[in-house]
Amino acid sequence: MYRYDEFDAQIVKERVDQFRGQVERRLSGEILEDEFKPLRLQNGVYLQLHAYMLRVAIPYGQLNAARMRKLAKIARDYDRGYGHMTTRQNIQYNWVALKDTPDVLEELAEVEMHAIQTSGNCIRNVTSDHFAGATQDEIMDPRPWCEIIRQWSTFHPEFAFLPRKFKIAVTAAEHDRAAIRVHDIGLHMRERDGVVGFEVHVGGGQGRTPIIAAMVNEFVPETEILDYLEAIMRVYNRFGRRDNKYKARIKILVTETGPEEFTRLVEEEYAAQQTSEKIALPQVEIDRINAYFAPPAFEDKSATSDAFERAKTADPAFANWAKINLHPHKVPGYTSVTTSLKPIGGLAGDATDSQMMVMAHLAERYGFDDIRVTHAQNVVLPHIALDDLYEVYRELAAAGLATANESLITDMIVCPGLDYCNLANARSIPVGQEIQKVFEDPAYEQDIGKLHINISGCINACGHHHVGHIGILGVDRKGEEYYQISLGGRADEKAAVGQIIGKALRHEEVPGAVKTIVDTYRDLRTSADEKFIDAVERVGVEPFQEAIYATD
Amino acid sequence: MPLIKDGTEIEDTWTFIEDGADLPSSGCITVPLAKLTEDADALLARNQQIGVRLSPADDPHDLTPFLDRIALIEIDFPKYVDGRGYSQAQLLRRRLGYAGELRAVGHVLRDQILYMNRSGFDAYQTVRADLANVLKALEEYSAFYQPAADGHQSVFSRRHSKV
Repeated sequence: MYRYDEFDAQIVKERVDQFRGQVERRLSGEILEDEFKPLRLQNGVYLQLHAYMLRVAIPYGQLNAARMRKLAKIARDYDRGYGHMTTRQNIQYNWVALKDTPDVLEELAEVEMHAIQTSGNCIRNVTSDHFAGATQDEIMDPRPWCEIIRQWSTFHPEFAFLPRKFKIAVTAAEHDRAAIRVHDIGLHMRERDGVVGFEVHVGGGQGRTPIIAAMVNEFVPETEILDYLEAIMRVYNRFGRRDNKYKARIKILVTETGPEEFTRLVEEEYAAQQTSEKIALPQVEIDRINAYFAPPAFEDKSATSDAFERAKTADPAFANWAKINLHPHKVPGYTSVTTSLKPIGGLAGDATDSQMMVMAHLAERYGFDDIRVTHAQNVVLPHIALDDLYEVYRELAAAGLATANESLITDMIVCPGLDYCNLANARSIPVGQEIQKVFEDPAYEQDIGKLHINISGCINACGHHHVGHIGILGVDRKGEEYYQISLGGRADEKAAVGQIIGKALRHEEVPGAVKTIVDTYRDLRTSADEKFIDAVERVGVEPFQEAIYATD
Repeated sequence: MPLIKDGTEIEDTWTFIEDGADLPSSGCITVPLAKLTEDADALLARNQQIGVRLSPADDPHDLTPFLDRIALIEIDFPKYVDGRGYSQAQLLRRRLGYAGELRAVGHVLRDQILYMNRSGFDAYQTVRADLANVLKALEEYSAFYQPAADGHQSVFSRRHSKV
């Protein structure tokens, strides 16, 4: 994990002091709310329905025990005892008082954390594969470049007042778990003739206009990537639309300009950069940052573990959990554990302070002090020895963190919805909970297999409904909550926007409709091996439409 | 509307002449980019110094033929949330080599001034912020990750320079 040097520490300290001054000037009335807004937003402070919300950055989802304990303490001391993991690998607190925010930032700085650029029309937290550095299917660890991009984008003077927010994601794995094609910039790390570089995708996004990113460059060598990003950002900053908030994201610029012309503009700007303008990242600096991400001291282990096998035989619940919530590790004898924050009837992505303490303890004791937040709002312990797995499981289970549902139908992405958010048109949380109830029988759920349901309470799509295998969008119809259902969306390397299947349904009809969709799939799949998303791709949405709307 | 340059408050001796308005017979003036490009010869033949005011959509490259003959470039921020002026400034300073006064005008607030300074501005006509505030804003950070137009060495390279 990256550790701050004196420069990083100094910059974050200076940010705390600066924001403290800004809050004081706001509370004294010296600056107006309208002028304070972009300042607090660039520091993750939102005014929500009930209170201010503070979004804390978790760069590329990376935590350790000390950071997690600090997040727990903040939940306890300044919030109501919990935090909410977000789809961009951050954490949000919904009940922090404005006057306390500088103190929270000061506490965060003690563990090398901050809330810089977690909102506002600037470059946001860089996200990545939550299994980075652990998974078998990556060609390298993408985190060093996430960290470099984090530093480069922090307080970038030219790009603090962009037309709209800007999100960058990086992956180095064939299977894209970072949803790079629905980001403003998605970077896929590649290697060509021994040179590390990036495949560059631009202009993906969700919201009211879901668009899959266009590939603007097949390979930009790592030594040139920051300069290339500057070229993209400058083209966007100069030419992105500012007349309409809903057309201001880079995806609209790419679409309206056309991907070819947009690419030409970027290449032209890039070619015009003079030597004096180049960032000229020293190789020693790339090496320095890479060194922080060296693999931990894994032991030589055999690929199987007697202790693990014995425990599975003795405890069927453990065996069941281990079947669902583990991801193959690149080192024999180790595995990556998904700690589900999606218990049946719970609040998706919420963790209590004591749950955070449990995860911190397990990471420290068994997991090389490494913790990740996932974009599906779960938490991962990436490096757990199979030998230790049963102990880890028992502690997780005791804390309510061992729901066996990773990537299954009850592992939903759900935005806060009308219960918390002042943008929402409809509630999301209760809909998710009601759907979970339908599928709470583990045998039924596991028979369905991998299936992502994503729920958003409004068209801004924070719940990623466009890219859910089943997407659910809350809409307001004359004061009543209705829900539009789409099928076939996905956020991975085959990213696609889901297709709306028919007229919106009333709230109480939604759980039954989802069950109809799922049972229709079970009837028509070629075998239990054909995943839901593959079946939808094969047969289209018609059989599902018919099943839901035929009786109308 | 204080005008602050090089760490001190100065008197504003310049007048901005809207497009279509009559030119005064004397005094230093700035004009819109379109006016400058249309009437360049007449404007540059005046006895007094001439400057230009860029709107957010203006392309700084259009100033290339005039850069050594103008004494002031104002970049207008009609709303502080419109950040195009930062790119205009960086282009003027770093790509086009403009070395004269680069002044931020319009909705210029205390908490944007450090970004402006880093982007190459050296003068600020602020809405409310006084000299003390501006000086404070400019000193809030002692290190910067990325190179920009202010000449600061980036943290990326400071880490490896032998001092």
